[in-house]
Amino acid sequence: MIEERFDAIVVGAGMAGNAAALTMARRGMKVLQLERGEYPGSKNVQGAILYADMMEKLVPEFREEAPLERHLIEQRFWMMDDRSHVGMHYRSDDFNEERPNRYTIIRAQFDKWFSSKVREAGVTLLCETTVTELVRGERERIVGVRTDRRDGEIHADVVVLAEGVNGLLGTRAGLRARPRPDNVALAVKEMHFLPRETIEARFNLRGDEGVVIEAAGTISRGMTGMGFIYANKECISLGIGCLVADFQRTSQTPYGLLDQFKRHPSVAPLIAGSEVKEYSAHLIPEGGYKSIPQLYGEGWVVVGDAAQLNNAVHREGSNLAMTSGRIAAEAIGLVKSRGEPMSAANLSIYKKMLDDSFVIKDLKKYKDLPPLMHTQSQNFFLTYPQLISKAMQNFVRVDGTPKAEKEKATLKSFVRARSWTGLFGDACRFARAWR
Amino acid sequence: MNVESLVRVEDKLYYNRYLVDIGHPHVKVRAHTTPSPQLLALLKACPARCYELNDDGQVEITVDGCIECGTCRVIAEPTGDIEWSHPRGGYGVQFKFG
Repeated sequence: MIEERFDAIVVGAGMAGNAAALTMARRGMKVLQLERGEYPGSKNVQGAILYADMMEKLVPEFREEAPLERHLIEQRFWMMDDRSHVGMHYRSDDFNEERPNRYTIIRAQFDKWFSSKVREAGVTLLCETTVTELVRGERERIVGVRTDRRDGEIHADVVVLAEGVNGLLGTRAGLRARPRPDNVALAVKEMHFLPRETIEARFNLRGDEGVVIEAAGTISRGMTGMGFIYANKECISLGIGCLVADFQRTSQTPYGLLDQFKRHPSVAPLIAGSEVKEYSAHLIPEGGYKSIPQLYGEGWVVVGDAAQLNNAVHREGSNLAMTSGRIAAEAIGLVKSRGEPMSAANLSIYKKMLDDSFVIKDLKKYKDLPPLMHTQSQNFFLTYPQLISKAMQNFVRVDGTPKAEKEKATLKSFVRARSWTGLFGDACRFARAWR
Repeated sequence: MNVESLVRVEDKLYYNRYLVDIGHPHVKVRAHTTPSPQLLALLKACPARCYELNDDGQVEITVDGCIECGTCRVIAEPTGDIEWSHPRGGYGVQFKFG
């Protein structure tokens, strides 16, 4: 199909792939990018929040050009039981700054724009092209890819695998393990459309201000999971995700959870009267530091979700994707500028650079949290939210019971549910994993 | 009350845009007489309800509404119960919002 030879082939046009392709093209490399969707973004699903700092490093002028929804001025955390939520809200006018820190975005639209910048930089993009296989040369070295186009074998010095969480190429070639049910979550999402003014009134916003709500508790029915509600300009992204292993174990359905979340008395008024225009689902890498695969080899590197680079605690993913894509490209650029081959030894510099960045440092910090959350899901996602909700109701309801009696009853309910040693153990385990 | 019975996934899938690759399903179920626990799990775990039991008690798949999340791959590919590929270039779900 394509006779010419490329310096690099990037598989995928998501955040990681676009960051990598853009960075390499700007360094004068000849880059081919392959995308299986009709257009960049058509296969990509995210909540979605964009972190400005990481985007700025790639396209400094993005605020003027990119399709952004709302800049976030408020973050709400909700702990829910079936009828109530206990919330912590942080809202600050500081976030109404000239160069806002976080935005909500709509990925299909954002990625299309991001890709236009990548092509402007000189990258050749081929859409509607599924890469079916990695091509090996001498000494097992990856020398290119095979696609589903006719005569679809293309060669390059290095292949950047930005194929996403469900990438088949790396796993089929034995470069990394397939994602496991206990280290990926399945999230389902709907896009609810409402008039702009309605969204602003319901979420207490002015202009392009935005709000994020993250919710945990009985909405996941004892599974490790979270719900989310993001305010966009004229729509609300609403979804919920739980570990695949938990879905498998409990036989709960993803759409059943989503429906229950939508009908929760704290959520229903926010989306009342909306028109749903899309239903999507996506896997999220949740294994953290311990699930990161081999990141480089003879003629290849892996970036973004495909490398399980996702911070589940802070719900950061796309910025880790962008950053790993950029750093991989810089590492490749360094090897190339020295005129050296794209061998595993030379590409190992990618891992060194990534280790020095926030990407690996953050994941390392929380390396023990995923296993804790996954094994204690009943306590953290069912028992505690119910207890805390009951305690709050006890605290605020005025009914003539003396306060001391109320507090005693609250304490008793905690001890009855988890026992003193259980409570103490949970607190210690959580503190240790968080540290 | 059983919530699941009230949710019609088919209605949700109508919101989406698909280019169905007729005659080229990207996911296949291995022929079986009795479904494995992994295959049975897909009846519930698939967010597009692509998997259903036929009259003979075997698990069947219809990929037309697939939203390509990969959940079934994670659960049932290791056991060999299903074969998973991405749809051919340009086919499958095309998200407008994503």
